[in-house]
Amino acid sequence: MKILVTVKEVATVEDEFEIEGTEIADQYLGADLNEWDDYAVEEAVQLQEAGIADEVVTVTIGPEDCEQTIRQALAKGADRAVRVWDDALEDVDLLDVEAKTEILRGVVEEEDPDLVLSGVQSGDDSWGATGVSLAEELGFEWAAVVNHLEHDLDDGIASVRRELEGGVEELTDVELPAVLTIQTGINEPRYASLRGIRQAQRKPLDVQTLADVGVDETVVDSDLELTDMYEPESESDVTVWEGSAEETAGELADLLEEKGVAP
Amino acid sequence: MSDVLAVADHRRGDLRDVSYEIITAGRELADETGGDLHLAVISGTVDEFAEKLDREGVDAIHTVDYGEEFNHGVYAQTVTQLYDDLAPQYVLTPNSVNGLDYAPAVANELGLPLVTDTVGLETDGDTLTATREMYGGKVETTTELEGQAVVTIRGAEWPAADGTGDATIEAFDVDVDEDALGTTVNGFEEVGGGDVDIGEADVLVSVGRGIEEEENLEIIEELADALDATVSASRPIVDNGWLPKNRQVGQSGKVVTPDVYVAIGISGAVQHVAGMKGSDTIVAINTDPNAPIMDIADYAITDDLFDVVPALTERFQ
Ligand SMILES: Cc1cc2nc3c(=O)[nH]c(=O)nc-3n(C[C@H](O)[C@H](O)[C@H](O)COP(=O)(O)OP(=O)(O)OC[C@H]3O[C@@H](n4cnc5c(N)ncnc54)[C@H](O)[C@@H]3O)c2cc1C
Repeated sequence: MKILVTVKEVATVEDEFEIEGTEIADQYLGADLNEWDDYAVEEAVQLQEAGIADEVVTVTIGPEDCEQTIRQALAKGADRAVRVWDDALEDVDLLDVEAKTEILRGVVEEEDPDLVLSGVQSGDDSWGATGVSLAEELGFEWAAVVNHLEHDLDDGIASVRRELEGGVEELTDVELPAVLTIQTGINEPRYASLRGIRQAQRKPLDVQTLADVGVDETVVDSDLELTDMYEPESESDVTVWEGSAEETAGELADLLEEKGVAP
Repeated sequence: MSDVLAVADHRRGDLRDVSYEIITAGRELADETGGDLHLAVISGTVDEFAEKLDREGVDAIHTVDYGEEFNHGVYAQTVTQLYDDLAPQYVLTPNSVNGLDYAPAVANELGLPLVTDTVGLETDGDTLTATREMYGGKVETTTELEGQAVVTIRGAEWPAADGTGDATIEAFDVDVDEDALGTTVNGFEEVGGGDVDIGEADVLVSVGRGIEEEENLEIIEELADALDATVSASRPIVDNGWLPKNRQVGQSGKVVTPDVYVAIGISGAVQHVAGMKGSDTIVAINTDPNAPIMDIADYAITDDLFDVVPALTERFQ
């Protein structure tokens, strides 16, 4: 069985930041592998270690800058990576779900996996939709917000648990091929070993253009337009205690005593 | 092409709150487009649900008596067929775990633009302006689009519709292609039980990713002991296996309403806030003055938890 894992480098923001137009100014941004994707990669690698998957391939849509991040997945055990990038994607403000779906479809059709794992959402723009949209596009089955996957995958069925709200899990059988969107906590993502990190440098990372994956440049034309970004207006009337840790802790202690909750 | 079609959410015999909120969101849009608000109620005891959902502002309710519980294939097929019938301008679904299990499929199948997890919506009848959050709530954005769209709405952002409506309630004759249903729901399980019920505590000392290491939990436990309080946590702490699931506050954990909730190194992501915003008094200890938790906190200390927590513990020893 072959598993494809969609991965993304997400932007992280410092505590203090400034907005320029519809973006956070570059100097306040960092980068990391999307938290949810880290769990998806781990799940795939565990399936490989259990002898169920024979190959784990990651795919990302991203510029050369993100290769360092993408190699983290290789260091943790994925066999090779595909990175799709194109001049046409360079100045795109908002790569919408539709565009991501079409681009990833091109890759999935070429790779022909039995199982695609994606994250539930990405930590920066949180659309939470690409995995399910991709499944529909491919004619695959799917399950969103999966926090347990039985590692037998017999008879072309994936038995999963979907994490619903309020501590309730749904027990569901999903026909393969399928896309599962993976929730944090499904496993314990490993840290890459030094050996893994060295090996990752030598693993294949194949760069493809839109044309290579059979997608027209017009894919970037979105019906959506990002028109504004701002810090949310605070509706709170929070009292912020100032001073040294001893002073602020003292204020809080007084409050707890006043509320009658301190012993 | 000016109607709005909204889809209700229910589970194990109960309508979820967002089903009433989506009526409000849908009505506001339909008032601007000049169309009708249609509601779809799919699976389960649909007649009973329809009666409850017949609130002010709903023009028509379409019931689909097929199966008991949510199945994304049934939902996706029904919503696309209703769309073909009604040609609405906007299709609204909850941004719930189940909403996200069919809305993207519907949008893709219909070739419509999709906007998820909206917290505000406006239209002038043609241009839709959707407000969303990015970076875990640190910023808000507006996104515009012309014409039709599939939109998912976040729970607890719109007030629940009330009053009694006079909607037409009709069974919608859906043609479910059973061969195309590739998932089977076999049941449900409640998780997060056990010895402690954080929902019962008067004071919760709640810890988040700011604690950095499992060993550091010790200072939280010492504080809880000194205060005679209970320890709860945000999701990453439970995901890491540092505390059991029954300690998790939030959308997929427990909803708590203690007298005092002390959020220590917790940013205040929407899924966390969903579980604790009803607390009487909320205190945040967080180095980031812009963390979303500040928006709902009553008191805050914008300082290092590793300094503040031990100092607080000392006061009570
Ligand atoms: C479907 C779904 C369901 C979810 N369900 C839940 C749920 O039930 N419960 C839940 O909690 N989350 C849930 N989440 C996850 C949620 O989106 C957030 O990822 C999570 O709540 C973040 O936890 P956190 O605030 O502890 O961590 P972070 O967001 O990483 O915040 C850590 C905070 O600590 C502060 N900090 C760091 N160091 C210090 C220091 N030394 N002193 C003081 N402050 C410090 C930082 O400023 C930051 O604000 C869910 C997500 C999804 C997609």
